[in-house]
Amino acid sequence: MKILVMVKQVPDTATRIRVAEGNASIVTDGIKWVINPYDEFAIEEALRIKERLGGEVVVVSAGPQRVEEAIRQTLAMGADRGVHIKTDEALDSHVVAQALAAVARAENFDLILTGKQAVDDDAAQVGPLVAVFLDVPQVTVVLKLEVDAEHQRLVAERELEGSIEVVELPYPAVITAQRGLNEPRYPTLPNIMKAKKKEVRVESLQALGIVPNVKVRTVSLSEPPERPAAKILTGDPVAAAHQLVELLHAEAKVI
Amino acid sequence: MKELLEDLRQGVRDLCATFPATYWRTLDHERQYPAAFVQAMTRAGYLAALIPEEYGGSGLGITEASVILEEVNRAGGNAAACHAQMYTMGTVLRHGSAQQKQWLLPAVAQGELRLQAFGVTEPGAGSDTTHLETTARRKDDGYLIRGQKIFISRVQHSDYLLLLARTTPIAEVTRRSQGLSVFLVNLHEAIGHGLTVAPIDTMMNHETNALFFDDVWVPEQNLIGQEGEGFRYILDGMNAERILIAGECIGDGEFFIEKATRYAKDRVVFDRPIGQNQGVQFPIARAYAQIRAADLMRFESAHRFDQGQSCGEEANLAKLLAADASWEAANVAIQVHGGYGFAADYDIERKFRETRLFQVAPISTNLILAYVAEHVLGLPRSY
Repeated sequence: MKILVMVKQVPDTATRIRVAEGNASIVTDGIKWVINPYDEFAIEEALRIKERLGGEVVVVSAGPQRVEEAIRQTLAMGADRGVHIKTDEALDSHVVAQALAAVARAENFDLILTGKQAVDDDAAQVGPLVAVFLDVPQVTVVLKLEVDAEHQRLVAERELEGSIEVVELPYPAVITAQRGLNEPRYPTLPNIMKAKKKEVRVESLQALGIVPNVKVRTVSLSEPPERPAAKILTGDPVAAAHQLVELLHAEAKVI
Repeated sequence: MKELLEDLRQGVRDLCATFPATYWRTLDHERQYPAAFVQAMTRAGYLAALIPEEYGGSGLGITEASVILEEVNRAGGNAAACHAQMYTMGTVLRHGSAQQKQWLLPAVAQGELRLQAFGVTEPGAGSDTTHLETTARRKDDGYLIRGQKIFISRVQHSDYLLLLARTTPIAEVTRRSQGLSVFLVNLHEAIGHGLTVAPIDTMMNHETNALFFDDVWVPEQNLIGQEGEGFRYILDGMNAERILIAGECIGDGEFFIEKATRYAKDRVVFDRPIGQNQGVQFPIARAYAQIRAADLMRFESAHRFDQGQSCGEEANLAKLLAADASWEAANVAIQVHGGYGFAADYDIERKFRETRLFQVAPISTNLILAYVAEHVLGLPRSY
């Protein structure tokens, strides 16, 4: 099975984000970049499918030079090769999806996997858009995936509010991964060494025939308001409980 | 090269992230061996880093291996549980027969065979190794081992023990370093057939034992290299061990500095973070400087080792400086944390106990100073 995994490099979730001057971007100095955690589930699933059915796992990512590091990490996890759509431009989900779809189209993939959303902008657009551009079916927020290679069909379980939806579909298809799909592996030493020799092809938007007509523009970014200092009630527990109820009712207005 | 080290660091961090502080804390409390962690390190191939590729390892150098161990300790773990699986095989690799290497090294690389116990120290012979009294005498195409060893680590989690024993009495050799031999002892066969293992309870979670050999028979093919040459075989593994241990000390030091710095920033007393006080920040800054300096000597010694240059001075200095720096950092971390430094939930006291070991083992600080005085500075031998 030939699988394409689309990954995004995002700031580490433990990073404290600061808004840059001009209020249109974030300060990137000193940020630790990681693979979007939901994309890690997608990589893991691809590797497991390959281990069962054979084939190839290709990883694609769009972004500046630093993105190569994320691709290398997936190669160390066991992916076979990478494609780096190198660009320093600030793109929206639409353009990124166009570029990823162009890479997908150039080779015939049986399956395209990605995370259900990226944890930086939480847009959740790229997976569905790629499916639209490629005109293939899609299932999002997938918790369980079965591949029936004989009949070229997938059975996917997706998370809904309070229930599980089971979807059967033919492939090629786009699947977006939810936490719980699997437990991503860490790289092994032999794979870290092998990753050095694996191919990462560099592509450009231009070579892919993409004109970056950005439809979404960031107007401004602002930091969340600082939380006021906590009020600590001390003294007699009964009196404190009464005071708490009063505060929740009158001040917080939650009861 | 630098890129590979970064990738290695990231890989080990990813693995260690799946073994959080609570894992190590619980094991420490229960004095249990970190079996799941060691298995993960084995499966991920890190413990086979130094084994040549032809035997199923990754054929990396001491530089890379020391960085792997550093990251384990930096992440709050304790590499001492498994570091010896990395390098004990070195004696076999350098001095073993083709046949010994062929059966042993691939199995060690796969983790099917654990060779991470090394029997040298005795109740009557600590740093003065050549005075060891355990004997091996010829018997039926093999040797009968008799004697006592102490502070032999990881025996209960090893399949084989590398043993140094005297094959020619000290009275019959011209130099006391002669007449010692190295053996591979199959622990499963030996325990209950002359070998008794008595665990020693210590102040940290580190499995160590007293061993009693009461005529344990070891077949001839388990002798490493030539009879009587064992001391030399052991010595040339020492530099590697020093450098790897330096890596662990540096990892500990980084752990302490990171913890102390974070706490000093967050902890507010008298309406300001305690880290704003020079009395708090200067000791952290000094400990940081010492760790960085030791780190440079670690890389210098590792580089020389990997290039095949002499590195006795550098390896000893790296171990000395790194062990001192980690101990200093441990002290600073506990001081910065105040009472919380002693609370198990903060992990400082556990790491404090663990890093204290490096002042004593695998070589005591005084012995390094004696080495530097005698062999580097040319001063008279003091012992």
